[in-house]
Amino acid sequence: MQTNQLLAMFSGSLLLLGLIAYLLGRSKAARVRASGASMYSQPDQYAWFTVLSTAGPALAVGAVASILMLSLGAEVSPLYLLIGCLLVACIGLVVGIQMVRPNFHARQAIESVIRFILAGAALISIFTTLGILVSIIFEAIRFFQMQNFWDFITGTTWNPGASFLEAAGRAKEGASAAQFGSVPLFAGTFMITFIAMLVAIPVGLLAAIYMAEFAPARIRTIAKPVLEVLAGIPTVVYGFFAAITVAPIIVGIAGFFGLEASFNNALAPGIVMGIMIIPFISSLSDDVINSVPDSMRQGALALGLTKGEMIRDIVVPAALPGIISASLLAVSRALGETMIVVMAAGMRPNLTANPLEDMTTVTVRIVAALTGDQEFASAETLSAFALGLVLFVVTLALNLVSVMMIRRFREKYRVNNL
Amino acid sequence: MPQSFDDISAQLRARHRKSARLKWISMGALGLAALFLVLFFADMLVKGLPAFQQAQIQVEVDYSEETSKMPLKAVDRDMSRLVSRGFLRLIPGRMKNDPELLGTRQMEWVTATAEVDQYLKGHYSRLKDDQKAIVDQLVDEGRAELRFNSTFFTSGDSKMAELSGIASAAMGTVLTLLVTLAVSFPIGVMTAVYLEEFAPDNRFTQLIEININNLAAIPSILFGLLGLAVFIGFFGMPRSSPLVGGMTLALMTLPVIIISTRTALRSVPDSIRHAAFGVGCSRWQMVRDHVLPIALPGIMTGSIIGLAQAMGETAPLIIVGMVAFIPDVSASLSDAATVLPAQIFTWAGEPERAFIEKTSGGILVLLAVLITLNATAVVLRKKFERRW
Repeated sequence: MQTNQLLAMFSGSLLLLGLIAYLLGRSKAARVRASGASMYSQPDQYAWFTVLSTAGPALAVGAVASILMLSLGAEVSPLYLLIGCLLVACIGLVVGIQMVRPNFHARQAIESVIRFILAGAALISIFTTLGILVSIIFEAIRFFQMQNFWDFITGTTWNPGASFLEAAGRAKEGASAAQFGSVPLFAGTFMITFIAMLVAIPVGLLAAIYMAEFAPARIRTIAKPVLEVLAGIPTVVYGFFAAITVAPIIVGIAGFFGLEASFNNALAPGIVMGIMIIPFISSLSDDVINSVPDSMRQGALALGLTKGEMIRDIVVPAALPGIISASLLAVSRALGETMIVVMAAGMRPNLTANPLEDMTTVTVRIVAALTGDQEFASAETLSAFALGLVLFVVTLALNLVSVMMIRRFREKYRVNNL
Repeated sequence: MPQSFDDISAQLRARHRKSARLKWISMGALGLAALFLVLFFADMLVKGLPAFQQAQIQVEVDYSEETSKMPLKAVDRDMSRLVSRGFLRLIPGRMKNDPELLGTRQMEWVTATAEVDQYLKGHYSRLKDDQKAIVDQLVDEGRAELRFNSTFFTSGDSKMAELSGIASAAMGTVLTLLVTLAVSFPIGVMTAVYLEEFAPDNRFTQLIEININNLAAIPSILFGLLGLAVFIGFFGMPRSSPLVGGMTLALMTLPVIIISTRTALRSVPDSIRHAAFGVGCSRWQMVRDHVLPIALPGIMTGSIIGLAQAMGETAPLIIVGMVAFIPDVSASLSDAATVLPAQIFTWAGEPERAFIEKTSGGILVLLAVLITLNATAVVLRKKFERRW
């Protein structure tokens, strides 16, 4: 039988049993109450308790059993599993109804179950992080069994070319051995990130200073949501814009100065990524600058500083931890940004300091490795996970440092809303 | 050296000039960002608006026994190069459905090829000079014109630019977002309720909190790797399906929903909780009957923003294979599907000029939907904003 049908049958019969449980539980509670006993909870609460005692264990057994089956590959017929679960549900129903007694605290029982469920939901975010970590690490380990870790970190040639032949057991036919030296990828990533930051940090920070210190309230209320539109544009759109509009302009300008630029140059994705990040930096910096206490501004002005000097010498240094924190978060975003570079940066791993040449990034290679028609176990496919692992570690470190910086700022000025 | 009054006032003027300069520079920075926004939208509109029009030409279609076997012969040889092959292929089927057509010749408006389309729009076209002359003549006779391109909204992807549309991608987006919402909304709200209303302040809670903030800053492509390894690799869910894509996006949207729900819950004043406890509510009854209904608009706002973010996301979906070529609209959660951003990505990779237009057109549709979603969120927030 189809899995879908089984699932439908399971949920259907569980719903039916739940309904029966609700009706039986309520009628029993109502009967007991009518007989004059004083009960701790309302009939409805007893009814819901029987529903929980029916469905809860059955669902738990079903979930655990199916995960075990999937992970261990045990050959148990799904039909037996279904019958087993429904049996558990029936037992739960009987037990639940048995427990409907005047001195049973149904409301508290429901509450503790709900609390348990809520805590379970909160755990899912932890499981997600663990899932990312475990899935990446396991595949990365498989990669490092094939390739030397040290070569991966320090090698300067990224040429996965013939690795699919190795995976197919035809290594001898390959023209050249596959090489996985990730240095050019990281160089490209850092170059594009650097260009992006060159655009985003000055513009974002100055825009934040204007909004927080100079702008009249009306401009502020318009400018903030307008900037946020920049943040809401999908990255695939930015990528298209960088590749179709910005790159040719850059090639044209470079040609005007007698320089030769590639159409996949690093400058176009860098600049567009910087523009994408502007609202991120400006809104965070704006918050930080706004939470610098006014007494500091008043003190500075009272000592005879001009407004510009006050901003430069008092407000910005005071807000610095928050500004650095925003910038670090922005760097972590730029490192992990995918679509802009996939569409506008090159595919060729190229170790160069010239931003007009084409270069590639970590995320581009991850996408390239996973969208080819490669066998999953090939070194090229698995290299995506090794690159992903490095990306995870780097962005995690940046995020943690940034959280620490903002916490320091918050403690210094006792701000609550950051 | 003593300074004269003039020296001092000159210094002062210089200092004030410097201050004013900072003001202008910072204003310029904001203006630069705004300028970019304007340029960007102008560029997309110029490139994308033509996608909503499509060249149609009027030709005489021959419905005969012969053309039912060789549909390419249904129109004049000169014209058949100008008519979309996608239309000609449909001719035998139409004759089967409508036997009365057989043996007639009819003048019909049909979709022209992308090359004719580009030529009429004044772009570079690969038409030969004699073909261009025919098209010019057709235009003079009023037998060729640009019309509203309904195909763009009703058909799926196609290798022929004139026949490709966003319908299948739109359907895929809807299905994927449904899965995303169905998974992330309940889990997100439940997590936020637990953290705000139930959890004691201990190590475990702090761990969850740090973790959620960290999750919000993890690059989206890593979620794609998670989806690939766990949902497809471990649980064996169907590749390229809205189910896998939606669940991957759900895990990504989770932190957004949790964080905004917590803010909404926190803005509910404690007096409401005290009153609920005062009349004998339990903690859950207090949350369910009093706090959640008050916080609901805030929760909705956050969820809409999270959903809009998920809708624009491409990288993780590429990793789980949702860049498939999908010509037909399918309404199944487990079939291969594609979403709007992925469709845009696919079209952006096509070399033909006509596809650049399609890409920009798709972008316009996507941006319109996203801006509507975000505006809805802003309006919701404004409408239900409450000062306690």
